[in-house]
Amino acid sequence: MTVSAPDLTQASRREAIVFILKKAFISALVALVLFSLMIGVRTEAGPTGQLIYWTRFDDLATIVAIVFVGSIVIELLRQWWGPVPIANAIPPSAQKVLDFTGKAIPPLLLIFALLVPVVFYDQRYVIDTGIQVLTYVMLGWGLNVVVGLAGLLDLGYVAFYAVGAYSYALLATNFGLSFWVCLPLAGILAACWGVMLGFPVLRLRGDYLAIVTLAFGEIIRLVLVNWQSLTGGPNGIFPIPRPTLFGIPLTAGDDGLAAKLGIAFSPTQRIVFLFYLILALALLTNWVTIRLRRLPIGRAWEALREDEVACRALGINITTTKLTAFAIGAMFGGFAGAFFATRQGFISPESFTFQESALVLAIVVLGGMGSQLGVALAALTLIGGFELFRGFDQYRMLVFGMAMVLLMIWRPRGLIGHRAPTVFLKQSTAISSELAREGRG
Amino acid sequence: MDYFAQQLINGIVLGSIYGLIAIGYTMVYGIVGMINFAHGDIFMIGGFIALITFLILVSIGLTAIPLILLIVLLVSMAITALYGWTVERIAYRPLRHSFRLAPMLSAIGMSFVLINYSQISQGARVKPIPPVITGGYSLLESNGFVVRLSNAQIIVVVSTIVLLALFTWLVSRTRLGRDMRACEQDQTMAALLGVDVDRTISMTFVIGAALAAVAGMMYLLYYGLVDFFMGFVAGIKAFTAAVLGGIGSLPGAMLGGLLIGLIETMWSAYFSVEYKDVAAFSILIVVLIFLPTGLLGRPEIEKV
Repeated sequence: MTVSAPDLTQASRREAIVFILKKAFISALVALVLFSLMIGVRTEAGPTGQLIYWTRFDDLATIVAIVFVGSIVIELLRQWWGPVPIANAIPPSAQKVLDFTGKAIPPLLLIFALLVPVVFYDQRYVIDTGIQVLTYVMLGWGLNVVVGLAGLLDLGYVAFYAVGAYSYALLATNFGLSFWVCLPLAGILAACWGVMLGFPVLRLRGDYLAIVTLAFGEIIRLVLVNWQSLTGGPNGIFPIPRPTLFGIPLTAGDDGLAAKLGIAFSPTQRIVFLFYLILALALLTNWVTIRLRRLPIGRAWEALREDEVACRALGINITTTKLTAFAIGAMFGGFAGAFFATRQGFISPESFTFQESALVLAIVVLGGMGSQLGVALAALTLIGGFELFRGFDQYRMLVFGMAMVLLMIWRPRGLIGHRAPTVFLKQSTAISSELAREGRG
Repeated sequence: MDYFAQQLINGIVLGSIYGLIAIGYTMVYGIVGMINFAHGDIFMIGGFIALITFLILVSIGLTAIPLILLIVLLVSMAITALYGWTVERIAYRPLRHSFRLAPMLSAIGMSFVLINYSQISQGARVKPIPPVITGGYSLLESNGFVVRLSNAQIIVVVSTIVLLALFTWLVSRTRLGRDMRACEQDQTMAALLGVDVDRTISMTFVIGAALAAVAGMMYLLYYGLVDFFMGFVAGIKAFTAAVLGGIGSLPGAMLGGLLIGLIETMWSAYFSVEYKDVAAFSILIVVLIFLPTGLLGRPEIEKV
């Protein structure tokens, strides 16, 4: 069906229409069978505890009709638009402008982030959402070290987030340590867990690694649920002390920050403080990652991502490379976890399910696996999108799953960035075939 | 001893269910080389379809239990197989030649879609049904403890054995089975020799989903309930079973399933029920570290 429009004779046009209709009809038929029982019939426990059911054929008919029409539309788009050559779609002059905006985005985004609490000081909801987004930006950047740079697919990242959160909560509630003492401790503990996970999985790669990390994440969550004497089980830990500005609490009391500065107290001050705290933590993550990329260890991560066997052949120590990636990624997860605990004031295993891991992973993948800016924009898009569609809460994860599938089909390398190695030869060295044959190329 | 015998029976029944799901994982991994993350949720869909079919059949006045079970089995196998086909067609086929992690991520997305689809369409609450198959036999009796073998358990194990025999015949004796084995060895070569690779892969997903549907129905009969989240944990355990038996090996999947079922039951019986999932997941990690090829698997040679 790659015939261009002007060549279409009457016969081939009719053929195309028949083809489209046939395809749409088959799709609708498949949809009818798929949804016949799951959507056409609704089961629920009746008043006596017995299951009863009722039919919803109108919903079923609507969905089948949508599939039929949707199939026709998609097929029409595919045939009459044809594949658009993306490479040549942007003229060179526009490309320059795009490059410039690409360079201008990070500082603009940073300035915007710095100004959010000032501009939206009266709207607590906006600042709260901002904190939410920044937490995921930080988690995304942390996971980016493991997945984006070192190429180790980690499906249990939320475990380190949980370790950080519980470390802070337990240390603070049991020993009365302050947030600023616990923050590094939470990071160190999470890094230790990262190494603990890293050691056994050194030999695994790809899908196996993914499943083992997933199992690890689930084990941590199940232990948190079941070890009631320490973690409080499903009830979680409450209350967790709020953070202080190096010892000065952000409360209305006489020793609070507002009283010391001589300004009127408002609860928003704490939210603004939290906002700048997570912003600083996220920027720290970003800064460390960028610096590490330029160190030999960062180069080794990227080499590991590109090809593990070749890496080993070139004498890179796979063990330390993998373990540092896990440890550093986990450490940032731990920092984010400690922040999460102090922000919420309450944590329970509910917050550390596999869905969280998948969400952070989706942010990294959407951001293009390895691009720092991409991860930040992806977190903004995803978490912001979730907030926008808060009214459709039950459809949220459904749409999220569909988006993940479509994204993989459409742009498997991510929407925004792409994973280009940091170092590469600017120009290929010209060598003659004789030299190459002698093995000197 | 009697307690042990009882746990042995329970473990074998649970292991049969895991084994049926594990076959789906192992077949897909053998041929396409990816973990079908959504397979556990296909099992859940199978359970739901069996439940709905059962309710409808009972409400229209059918009373012969064997007939009901047969119809439920066929309907849930057919519709769930179509789910397997659709999932492959939408989420995996376009990614056949994409980079390594793409199908895995797409599969995770598909798993979310299936979980939330059944939660939205059927509600979040657990769906219980009254026991369908009642009765059983007392095998041993001593010190007031009776080892019981219920009819439901017999049906689960017998149908697993029958299906396995059927499936082994399919893989080793039929044209489709030969195509599947050819694709497993070398897809390009198989295509050159006239094997329709796309169709064979589709059929693999269809068969895997049909077996998962049987497992879903057995789960419904044995435990008397389904819920929208049961696929996640069952899926990971079945995957553990597939890895333990040696991924890519069909007898291995069944053996692994039985072992995981037994370990889980024994752990619950003698240690703690709360940590039974932790035990299963720990086994996965331990097996992958010390025995990455599993019990009956072949080692994989890695090349640049």
